[in-house]
Amino acid sequence: MNRLFTSPNLTGWLLASPLALVLAAFLVLPILMIVVVSFWTATEFSIVPAFSFENYDFLFGSPVTYSVFLNTFKYAAITWAVTLVLGFAVAYFLAFHVRSQTWQTALFLLCTIPFWTSNIIRMISWIPFLGRNGIANSTLISWGVIDEPVEWLLFSDFSVILAFVHLYTLFMVVPIFNTMMRIDRSLLEAANDAGASGFQTLVSVILPLTKPGIMIGSIFVITLVMGDFITVRFMSGSQAANVGRLISNDIALLQYPSAAATAVVLLATVLITIGLMLRLVDIRKEL
Amino acid sequence: MKKNHYSRRTLLKGAAASAMAAAFPAPMIWAQEIKDITLRQFGTGVSNLNEVAQKVKEDLGFTLSMTALDSDAVTQRAATQPDSFDIADIEYWICKKVWPTGNLQAMDTSKITNYDKIVGIFRSGKLTPESTIAQGTAPHTVGFTSGPGGTDFVAEESGWMTLIPTIYNADTLGIRPDLIGRPIESWTELLNPEFKGKASILDISSIGIMDAAMVCEAMGEIAYGDKGNMTRDEIDRTMAIFTEAKKAGQFRAFWKTFDESVNLMASGEVVIQSMWSPAITAVKSRGIPCVYQPLKEGYRSWGGGIGLSKNLSGLALDAAYEYINWYLSGWVGGFLMRQGYYSAVPETSKAFMSAAEWGYWFEGKPAAGDITNPYGEKLAGAGDVRDGGSFNDRMGAVACWNSVMDENQYMVRKWNEFIAA
Repeated sequence: MNRLFTSPNLTGWLLASPLALVLAAFLVLPILMIVVVSFWTATEFSIVPAFSFENYDFLFGSPVTYSVFLNTFKYAAITWAVTLVLGFAVAYFLAFHVRSQTWQTALFLLCTIPFWTSNIIRMISWIPFLGRNGIANSTLISWGVIDEPVEWLLFSDFSVILAFVHLYTLFMVVPIFNTMMRIDRSLLEAANDAGASGFQTLVSVILPLTKPGIMIGSIFVITLVMGDFITVRFMSGSQAANVGRLISNDIALLQYPSAAATAVVLLATVLITIGLMLRLVDIRKEL
Repeated sequence: MKKNHYSRRTLLKGAAASAMAAAFPAPMIWAQEIKDITLRQFGTGVSNLNEVAQKVKEDLGFTLSMTALDSDAVTQRAATQPDSFDIADIEYWICKKVWPTGNLQAMDTSKITNYDKIVGIFRSGKLTPESTIAQGTAPHTVGFTSGPGGTDFVAEESGWMTLIPTIYNADTLGIRPDLIGRPIESWTELLNPEFKGKASILDISSIGIMDAAMVCEAMGEIAYGDKGNMTRDEIDRTMAIFTEAKKAGQFRAFWKTFDESVNLMASGEVVIQSMWSPAITAVKSRGIPCVYQPLKEGYRSWGGGIGLSKNLSGLALDAAYEYINWYLSGWVGGFLMRQGYYSAVPETSKAFMSAAEWGYWFEGKPAAGDITNPYGEKLAGAGDVRDGGSFNDRMGAVACWNSVMDENQYMVRKWNEFIAA
């Protein structure tokens, strides 16, 4: 008995079990439930336990599904590209141009200030800014840049992506900044001594060494954008759809099984995307 | 009332109750136990008002607990959880879905004091003897059942009502007269290229499709058999016309919630859109001109009522009847009418409104002075006239009632395609 308790095997299991139990109860079980419900059927008032491919049939048979998924990928790809460039630039500036640690911390905290208010507020505050009679348009008119208000500023793909970039760039900045700070400065000096230009150092030394940070940031941004529905609804004026809105529409109409099926397909899509990204960079090895 | 429990509060309550009894000789229950009764009411936010619950406590003594939900959740709850409520405050089109489940019980009209004064729309379907009955789920078609325990609908006034009507109104398009600058007379204007990028429609499928149908019919593109119960072909053609307009950039945005519609209109993003009457009021209260434009093709109308759960019996059922009689006795009607809705028994509400309010809201007369809502906010000044005029002008011009179609699921899918297009 005594030997059993002191065995390293058991200690290992005991140490791992709280987390395993929490994950099983609050992550694995709900996802399994969603998968199960996605095979059920629904009438107008109730959901009926069954094993039916009806929801998937309808999902894959409808051209709307494909255009909506395409649209979701479009938002994710553009947002990813823009946040990557911005995030990398900001992190590079903080890590290599700001010399004093105090300033680094201060400027980093500055980046997080917008996060002190809620997501929704930050998003909605764009609406009066970009509107037909909003600040952006009236400023441009008073400068004489345009004669008539620009319509595509609000309730368009532009405004959706703008809001996404605004909301999620910090998720790119933080992990990239973090990995950049761990880069051994002597490597940069070595590159300099070996006669590399600033740009060559950036491309051949810094970029490869920041890959894990870039990858973690990318996973954040892509999963957040692909799972979003409220930003698309508000910023497109309900005129554009992504997968999240498809799911929320179904839920509003009490079509839970159909919503579950869409959620399962979305989950699979996101997992495949992340799987492919992890193929490119082995985060564990490089951390 | 127990003698040894007198306090100032119970005395006042007793006095109020006696005054009520004198004014409305309805069957009243004089029992201490009624104070222990709690009636659970749920419904959409529009008439689930806390002021009503407070007033019930004051006037009738028992407790009314309110739950406000959106119309989809209301439908589901009424259909699937009859034990979770005593009183359902639902719209007539929801009644069409829910009544056949047998979760509500028929109401004996002989116990309804003011039954004879309920407006014709809810009884014969006709506002005046000459009126024609509008399309869609007209309230009287789902207002009566064959008897206690009935789950069917009957056409005539059978003495057994499914819902007691409480609140209704006629909806139309809202416009910004200052930004349009010319008279608007027809539903077709919603798709007029003149308002390209400045129009909006609501993204709630069951109501949005009706507004879309009003437009297509006015354009002469589609002749509907019944706009409230379209065929698949009619749905396809309606959505095709609107999808084309959407792709051409006609719409600035779609709205789903009340405040979205207010902001779109107030900011000038949109100059013509589907709108609800209180949203117009909200825009106006910011000092921005906004008109609930009467159109020649008529209004799209809606109505709600309260139904009793099949599980109500005994004293609780008596209390529920008392509540209904109180509801129709005028105070609630006045409260609702001063916000621009109509009450089922307008003549009892008159006693709870000033002559100027009655003239403005019901008779369509120019306001004699400032018109305020029950919360004291100013809605109109002296000389203003209500958009659309009097009760008879507005409710007499209803073209279609909110409804639920036989092809509801198909319509919802088509609507989703339209939004995603």
